[in-house]
Amino acid sequence: MTVRLVGALVAVALLVAPWVAPRYHLTLLLPAFAYGIALLGLNLLFGTAGLLSFGHALFVALGAYTAAALTSGLHILHLEVIVVAAALVAAAVAVPVGLLCVRYVKIYFGMLTLAFGMLFYSFLYKFYAVTGGDEGLRVLRPRLLGQGFDALGKVEFLVGPFYYYALGLLGLATLLMWRIVRSPFGLCLRAIRENADKAAAVGVGVRRSRFYAFVVAAVFGGVGGALLAVPTGLADPLLSYWTHSGNLVFMLLLGGFDHFLGPLVGAVVFILLQDQVMSLTAYWRFVFGAVLAAVVIFFPRGLLGLLPRRGGAA
Amino acid sequence: MSLLEARDLRAFYGTFCALDGVSLTVDAGEFVSIIGPNGAGKTTLVNVLTGLLRPASGRVRFKGTDVTGAGAVRLARLGLARSYQLVSVFPALTVRETLAVPVLARRGLAMRLLADLRARREVWDEVAETATRFGLGHALGRPARTLPQGDKKLLDVASAFALRPDVILMDEPTSGVSTADKHAIMATLVQAGRRMGVQAIIQVEHDMDIVFGYSDRIVALHQGRVLADATPDAVRADERLIDTVVGRMHETRPSP
Repeated sequence: MTVRLVGALVAVALLVAPWVAPRYHLTLLLPAFAYGIALLGLNLLFGTAGLLSFGHALFVALGAYTAAALTSGLHILHLEVIVVAAALVAAAVAVPVGLLCVRYVKIYFGMLTLAFGMLFYSFLYKFYAVTGGDEGLRVLRPRLLGQGFDALGKVEFLVGPFYYYALGLLGLATLLMWRIVRSPFGLCLRAIRENADKAAAVGVGVRRSRFYAFVVAAVFGGVGGALLAVPTGLADPLLSYWTHSGNLVFMLLLGGFDHFLGPLVGAVVFILLQDQVMSLTAYWRFVFGAVLAAVVIFFPRGLLGLLPRRGGAA
Repeated sequence: MSLLEARDLRAFYGTFCALDGVSLTVDAGEFVSIIGPNGAGKTTLVNVLTGLLRPASGRVRFKGTDVTGAGAVRLARLGLARSYQLVSVFPALTVRETLAVPVLARRGLAMRLLADLRARREVWDEVAETATRFGLGHALGRPARTLPQGDKKLLDVASAFALRPDVILMDEPTSGVSTADKHAIMATLVQAGRRMGVQAIIQVEHDMDIVFGYSDRIVALHQGRVLADATPDAVRADERLIDTVVGRMHETRPSP
């Protein structure tokens, strides 16, 4: 029951937030929503299937650049189209990359995903004519469900219609991932995580399951990336840099990877914490390093690991 | 046509010859025990028979299909299941979830990403039935890692049976279990096998009480060769054979 109760409370709080919370904090929640979607995917790989990817930022960047290419390149402004395109592009890249990566596990899987992330970073950085190099590409204000909201200023648009759009998408992504984790496929992934040899012995196609999980994770990463690029208005190469992948893993550890809602909590707490610490000190990375160490040592199951454990849940 | 047929298997670890021309057939209705001292090649033979290890030469046919080195997943789908010498479970999964995995795999549901697992009544009915048959009905909601050792072993074997295989190959099904529990476990799984349509059981076993008590046929291995392939009575009557295979076994592996 804990999951549902927490989930319901958080959902209500987020729905009423635009009326009560300061605008500044609402704008902070937007990237948190986007990261939440991307992290749901990352956690299907790590929390459910037991594969830790250090290259998930690759798919976030792909989503962001898809949004940029569609809005500023092709003048396609419908966010629905952008989101679907980001999902498709991420899946298309995840197929070859995934086929290679799922042949490995543990640190080898992690390093290979990291390598692909950096490969894409180099591509974005060097192919100036296509990607804009280190300046990146502009992401124009999208139309939501066909509406332009031209009367609204940038911030009003973001904390108003776009806030609810992103929240709605996060809700859909959460329900979808809930369904996947609770599906026969989800159970088989957990079996593989626990004991891959045993899973194979009872007839589960281990590599194929891992590959499917990889592609699904990439799709969530791509959608998260497209959404992430709208408030900043920019897709830049650092989105694919390895430290960004590291941040995603950090968020997951912070929230708790063995809890279904861990990714969402991790995303929100990370963004708010980053904002607070950055406003206090220029050495925010130092503070974050200490926080990460403390989480790993004292709360290895993350913030949601502090909740009472339920029997046998994902 | 035999259910399982191995012909002239040879396998090496480096230059060490683990299997040196082993042939073996298993027919429907048989309970076959593979015995032999440590290092005789028993586990290697099991690994080859279950497609985990590709032999240097020789073929394995299962139900008429060549399955040499086919891999565990394909053999499991064809109807040949195995359980391991060391207890192998999914530590964090409950008994219910553990038994659901082979059922989903067999029914071709393992790749359903969006199906509601809880709504699959036929899966859960089958899981409950298998659990009851193996005396695990009381523990359905318990994570595997919290089970006592004997129950873990039963769960391991039960998950192989849940594939409803034609042939099941067990590497020391009673290892690591107290002597008192051994016969209970054997009785449970022989009976379950009969009820669940398992046509033949092959086991590797050290405990001669179990071997002579349940086998229709005994295959004795020694230094990678088949020393004897005969009924329990014939094996018991051959003193030299007993001396070579069983005697050595008790030397190297005193019964607890």
